Amino acid sequence: MTAHPERILLAHGGGGQLMSRLIHERILPRFRNDTLSELGDAARLALPSGEICFTTDSYVVKPLFFRGGDIGKLAVCGTVNDLAVSGAKPLALSLSLIIEEGFELALLDRILQSAADAARHNDVRIVTGDTKTVERGSADGIFLNTAGIGVRLSNADLGLSKVRVGDQVLLSGTIGDHGMTILSQREGIRFESQLESDCAGLAELTCSLFANVADIRFMRDPTRGGLAATLNEVAEGSHLSVEIDERQIPVRPEVQAAADMLGFDVLNTANEGKFVAVVSPDAAGECLRRCRDHALGRDAALIGAIVETRDAPLVELRTKIGGRRIVQMPYGRELPRIC
Amino acid sequence: MLDRITHAQHTLEEACTKLGRPITIMEVCGTHTVSIFRSGVRSLLPERVKLLSGPGCPVCVTDQGYIDAVMQLADREDCLIATYGDMIRVPGSNGSLETRASHGNVKVVLSSEDALQLARENPGKNVVFIAVGFETTAPASAVVVKEAAAEGVENFFILSGHKLVLPAMRALLSGMNDRIDAFLCPGHVSVIIGSGAFAEIVEDYHRPCVVAGFEPVQIIEALAEISRQLAAGTAELKSLYGAVVTEKGNMAAQGIIAECFEPVDGYWRGLGRIAKSTLALRRQYGQFDAFGRFGLADGPGKETRGCRCGEVLCGLIEPIQCPLFAARCTPQTPVGPCMVSSEGTCSAWFKYGRRK
Repeated sequence: MTAHPERILLAHGGGGQLMSRLIHERILPRFRNDTLSELGDAARLALPSGEICFTTDSYVVKPLFFRGGDIGKLAVCGTVNDLAVSGAKPLALSLSLIIEEGFELALLDRILQSAADAARHNDVRIVTGDTKTVERGSADGIFLNTAGIGVRLSNADLGLSKVRVGDQVLLSGTIGDHGMTILSQREGIRFESQLESDCAGLAELTCSLFANVADIRFMRDPTRGGLAATLNEVAEGSHLSVEIDERQIPVRPEVQAAADMLGFDVLNTANEGKFVAVVSPDAAGECLRRCRDHALGRDAALIGAIVETRDAPLVELRTKIGGRRIVQMPYGRELPRIC
Repeated sequence: MLDRITHAQHTLEEACTKLGRPITIMEVCGTHTVSIFRSGVRSLLPERVKLLSGPGCPVCVTDQGYIDAVMQLADREDCLIATYGDMIRVPGSNGSLETRASHGNVKVVLSSEDALQLARENPGKNVVFIAVGFETTAPASAVVVKEAAAEGVENFFILSGHKLVLPAMRALLSGMNDRIDAFLCPGHVSVIIGSGAFAEIVEDYHRPCVVAGFEPVQIIEALAEISRQLAAGTAELKSLYGAVVTEKGNMAAQGIIAECFEPVDGYWRGLGRIAKSTLALRRQYGQFDAFGRFGLADGPGKETRGCRCGEVLCGLIEPIQCPLFAARCTPQTPVGPCMVSSEGTCSAWFKYGRRK
């Protein structure tokens, strides 16, 4: 007789014994810290003085497990990165689970463990959380939400209004890895590849940059919508144009091949472990050097510059063959194409 | 690489000067369209070289009548639609497959094999594969039809909208657009039908035909070769995609197309009815024909008012001349198919900047 895997029941979210067991046996041991262990209605945190940065994000990725990460790691790194690119040192996160009835407990364990590992790697604590279960069909397996707070580093004073003509655009590494990996493992599209998501927390790298390099004007992580979306946001928000050079943009050959096969533009493809920084011309070299000294910034490159706007602020790409084209804001979901 | 481009630019300049008039070249392959836009090829050409994107995007050339037939299938409870991603946002008279997909009976597949697999996994549903595309995708449809026949899969059907590229090129040159000086011939299609297939265009219409792959440098070199011929007053068939394309093409693929399909008169968006231009399943595979099985008409559809995709496809206007372009018709809210497919001319214009 085959053993049936243990599964989530609606009662696991019901506030009774089953829920208590779930918390005490599967959650607390993994995230153990004094604040969380109190199981208070709210976490009490003593924070260093300074400006608090606060963010939240929900995670509904499919598939839940992919090469290079899973929804648990993503939920921690994603929120860590939102704080990191805001110039903050991430300190504490909340973690909320919405789990579909029937979800395998073994899978939940893997997700929780990987969230805990990611939190430890990124030196943040999960200090509060919530678990809800919903009837079969009301959610797709499991959804996660994390919120995070951090303290802004005193010399990280970022904003698109600070961007000036002549500033350099720095990209911390290869693009398209996460988006193409997810796609290659998605139901209905799946294809064999060696692709791996770049999912990683960037706070250690960004904090060291802010501590050592003056004149970083702006930073953002090019997640959904990819580099194209982030650069268009820079153009729109700064009222200045952005000119980038395709030859300087690092892309792994296997990512480019997959994108070409499906008819995707790597510029529009999601990343989960990269940032784009706009840096003063004087600081650009130092910023690049420090990035390349860090494992997560080894492939960093200066990919372009902020230029005067002619008619309207836009992002222009100088292509590999020396042609020029405009990089538009992507319009949501891209679809694989035929022919 | 940059040397080759400079050399090609010189040839193009010289030809324009010698001819003393603009040169109009049409590409008939959606992948060429995308590559040209994505790499900024237009920005490297002399002002007087005009590139037209012709009927090369499988979604764009599909008639509204076919799209409406797809929508009728999507509305049926007993049907599961398997489609290439391109088709999912094409607007029918009432909504698109994307809006229908919310009911869960539309699946995006990457290959015809995935569609047949859906049929095996869902014996209680009639799985209909939306079989569109040119000679490149037709062999894949033929293969699964034969597989389904061999296995006795009874719940698998295809709705063939497959098109042939040569009849469309002939139709264009037979009065629809006499400004076309030459064709940049498709890479993928030529792999199947062979570069020799375009000889009839060269002979009958005296138009240069040059086959190219998808590297932007090769595309520019093909344009230069075309301009050289035009300046010399000759029309020749050439292939720069020599490594991949042979003169006779892929005989096995041609064989399986011929075994399963026969060319019939078909409707094209913008081009209307073209004789022997569309592939229909042969009688012996009639049991897999979704048109017959579900009683669907394969007639001309009513095109959306104001949409000028048809004229864009014929190279008669540029997208920017359509009043809907970038106004009511954008990639978020496409009105016509040329805005839907990523390789559609309007979409490429919108996405990669409307410089030229």
